[in-house]
Amino acid sequence: MQPDSLSFIFLNAFLINNFVLALFLGLCPFVGVSQKLETAVPMGIAVIVVMFVASVCAYAINTVLVRFGIEYLRLISYIAVIASAVQLVEMIIKKFSPTLFRMLGIYLPLITTNCAILGMALFQTFNDYSFGQSLIYSLGAGAGFTLALTLMAGLREKLQLANLPDSATAAAISFMLAGLLSLTFMGFAGLGS
Amino acid sequence: MAPVSNGGDTPRFDNLTSGVWRENPVFITLLGLCPSLAVSNTAVNSLAMGLASAFVLLGSTFLISLLRNAIPKQVRIASYIIIIATFVTVVDYAIHAISLELYNALGAFIQLIVVNCMILGRCEAHASKNRLPKAMVNALGTGAGFTLALFMVGSIREILGFGTFFGVSLFGASFQTWAIFILPPGGFIVLSLWLLLFSYIERRRAANTGHIAGGAHAA
Repeated sequence: MQPDSLSFIFLNAFLINNFVLALFLGLCPFVGVSQKLETAVPMGIAVIVVMFVASVCAYAINTVLVRFGIEYLRLISYIAVIASAVQLVEMIIKKFSPTLFRMLGIYLPLITTNCAILGMALFQTFNDYSFGQSLIYSLGAGAGFTLALTLMAGLREKLQLANLPDSATAAAISFMLAGLLSLTFMGFAGLGS
Repeated sequence: MAPVSNGGDTPRFDNLTSGVWRENPVFITLLGLCPSLAVSNTAVNSLAMGLASAFVLLGSTFLISLLRNAIPKQVRIASYIIIIATFVTVVDYAIHAISLELYNALGAFIQLIVVNCMILGRCEAHASKNRLPKAMVNALGTGAGFTLALFMVGSIREILGFGTFFGVSLFGASFQTWAIFILPPGGFIVLSLWLLLFSYIERRRAANTGHIAGGAHAA
């Protein structure tokens, strides 16, 4: 596969360099929302939507910034755009599916501080992706986040039945599980070469 | 030891130490993990990342604490983010100028300090409500605790993964390196082991508090 082909970019963001398990991005919702499958899946979908919107906006903003030679404003404008995108998605979800809105609760506005979103926007800029490549990259990253979140939620539901030592708090054991999941994902490293 | 009061205006020694150990941002409150774990594969990288985050925390605490009465309540989070982003941009350009090697090792993760929830959390919970000296002391303690925690994760990963400490070889040439600790899974596993240790210590302390009255950290 060509390193800049669309399918490779998708696979790269989805599996090989999974945002959560290989790049350590978005750990807070990964630990916070992964207790139950029924919240993990909608959360993942919300992240995909925000990522897609943020990717489009980030691409447009970067074009403008480069045009006027004011790249040092990149970080500030990206974070402002992501905050607005989250607000937008929040309003849309509230309008079309109030049930989902109530289920996601506080975690919906917290997507703003999800480093996976800003990370995606920064990486697509650093890699000099074209518009199409950026869109595919954002979809892959979002799908990878959803996959990791869903796998983790499934594992943690099983974990509730396990007999653990007292010191093994939810966070400690979640990171141990994440380490093992991450180890599994290392197997994808040779993919596409 | 007098009971800890958080309402006073004068900075106390306790404000400084609580962030380092008892409320360590990484091991106890689990904040700011994302951009920090990714670059903690060597002691130098983790130290640099910790210091950069601590600088951003101090700078934004300074500004936010000064401006806390001028910032309207409704737009405070947005204002904090903009202030933090400004300091992150400063750090980003500074590291780029000081050491290109370090800049390449840390990559986009310097810019990602802006979404470090530890910083926003401290600004919202402490800097926005306290006078300058007290807020700065607290930020200093939290920054030091964050750096210490990253350093603890980073040095273990470097010692086991490369067999070195700050680039100095520890075990001689025959040492078989544990490559897994430099790779992403190692970060999760080392952090998880530290968390296990901390929760074990915490449980022991909680169990002992009843017997040792007035222990230094019993409060």
